[in-house]
Amino acid sequence: MGAFVVGALTMLPLVTSSRSVLTWGFLVFLYAALAQSWNLLGGLAGQVSLGHAAFFGLGAFVTRVLWLGGQSLATALAAGTAVVIAAGILIGAPTLRLRGPYFAIGTLAVAEILRITTGNLFPEVSTLPARSLAGYALAPRYYLALGAAVVSTLVVWALARSRFGYGLAAVREDEDVAEAIGVHVFRHKLAVFVLSSALAGATGGIFGYYHLSFYPQFVFSPLWTFDALLITFLGGAGTMWGPPLGAAFYLLFREALALRLVEIHLLIFGALFVLVVLAFPGGLIEAWRMFASRWIAVRERGG
Amino acid sequence: MTILLQNAVFGLLIGGLYGLGAVGLSLVFGVLAVLNVAHGELIMLGGYVSVWLFTLWRVDPFVSVLAAGPLLFLGGAALFRLLFTRLASYSEEVRIKNSILIGFGLALVLQTLAILAWGADERAVTPSYAGRVAAIGNVVVPLSRLGAMALAFLVLGGLHLFLTRTRAGTALRATADDDQAATLVGIPIGRIYLTAFALGSALAGVAGALVSVSDAISPAIGLGWTLKALIVIVLGGMGNIFGTFVAGLFLGVAESMSGFLLGNAYREVVGLVMFLIVLSVRPRGLFSR
Repeated sequence: MGAFVVGALTMLPLVTSSRSVLTWGFLVFLYAALAQSWNLLGGLAGQVSLGHAAFFGLGAFVTRVLWLGGQSLATALAAGTAVVIAAGILIGAPTLRLRGPYFAIGTLAVAEILRITTGNLFPEVSTLPARSLAGYALAPRYYLALGAAVVSTLVVWALARSRFGYGLAAVREDEDVAEAIGVHVFRHKLAVFVLSSALAGATGGIFGYYHLSFYPQFVFSPLWTFDALLITFLGGAGTMWGPPLGAAFYLLFREALALRLVEIHLLIFGALFVLVVLAFPGGLIEAWRMFASRWIAVRERGG
Repeated sequence: MTILLQNAVFGLLIGGLYGLGAVGLSLVFGVLAVLNVAHGELIMLGGYVSVWLFTLWRVDPFVSVLAAGPLLFLGGAALFRLLFTRLASYSEEVRIKNSILIGFGLALVLQTLAILAWGADERAVTPSYAGRVAAIGNVVVPLSRLGAMALAFLVLGGLHLFLTRTRAGTALRATADDDQAATLVGIPIGRIYLTAFALGSALAGVAGALVSVSDAISPAIGLGWTLKALIVIVLGGMGNIFGTFVAGLFLGVAESMSGFLLGNAYREVVGLVMFLIVLSVRPRGLFSR
């Protein structure tokens, strides 16, 4: 099923060259990849980070600066991701020693430090130069984002079935018990933190390659963290299909709302997020499973 | 030298408000194990109460405190009923995690509502005494900030007396210590939770009104105040009112000094870095038991 969907999506730019369709597809994949990277850390390993924007922003910023500076896109993306991996180790090692609320707040503090400092050091807006604008094509951006979404989803799929993934699940449920049954808790947390950061950074790099002009501070905005959390919880935290499903739903909904007012959609998504956390902690995936099992039950009774 | 002293005085004056801004969050976390990361947005709303009372009827911001406190008390009670009552049945770890997520969404909702209702611009209160200062030697002390600091100190003192000298305050502290034991001795902890959350919100409202005395209010100030409150709590110790006040003063002075030495753009960063250093040395806070 998954392979079929991906195959169909690969064909899309050959069938249509409509800007709005391709942009919409690009954004769904971008957000799916970003949310999936958070899902690795928050969903599979249970570490609620509020500083995800730091890694997305760092990836976007470094990639863009190198790419606009004349490096090839591949070099720029690789370098951007490498910087983010280094940052992930540097930031993860101290913050992962913190537990529960202190980890969430600590990561938020790191992201805010990066956001404010970037804003101070690079106050100028970053715009694509005219020669890049002339040759600007959506299709390569589309494929890159699709690739990121597929890779991050495959990572979640593979991890959930691996020994390492079971270790993460143990850490998520109870760190002390995990340690007692022989899981090296800190090593598991750091590994998944760096992996999650690297995916967020690469996704950020793709955004830096896609977006025409932005203030460097913008890619570090806490809104990126919020979007990643919202999409993950909408779809279903800790599940493989949750983030892509949540991203598609989120962008459909956002497009419908953005026609009216930009601010309104933040209001509605904030409220929706609270509602999902309160009432449907399993997200769309869980709701679908419940629906499906009831339907099967009804059919069996009828047949 | 005078300039350093002057910066220290400014830091102390703003630091009193940091303490007051943090104490409500600390109270809620201590009693309910709910970390309301939308606390800064409640401070923002308190600021708007004062701004509107001043704009409409020229009410003095120090008088507006009397409106902002009760209004936010009611608002907090409503928010608690709506969003946080369900959490009471969860284990402490799940409760904290979910409350952070809910607060994160709530912060976005409140901030967006404020933008829709009042626009994204900064608004300021301009009472007749706005620019007045008292000179002590070469150092000037802005009177409005001094007044806000004094009132913050009084409110914290009142809160201390409430928590230590009244039956309701004792019940709050008992619930914070051990909610199961509190239930067993007949304390209605459902009502205590509600009171604690509403009281924490009222303290945020008072803090917001006092912030408006000397600083502009805008929908975006919430996150900054939440972070300051968290820094102060980690420095001063959870549930320790005196410690919170001192930590607020300390953060104020540290920010103001570093703003002077490193440039104003970095004053917020210094507080956050301090916070991370303390956390990495004491992963559960400086004064954890």
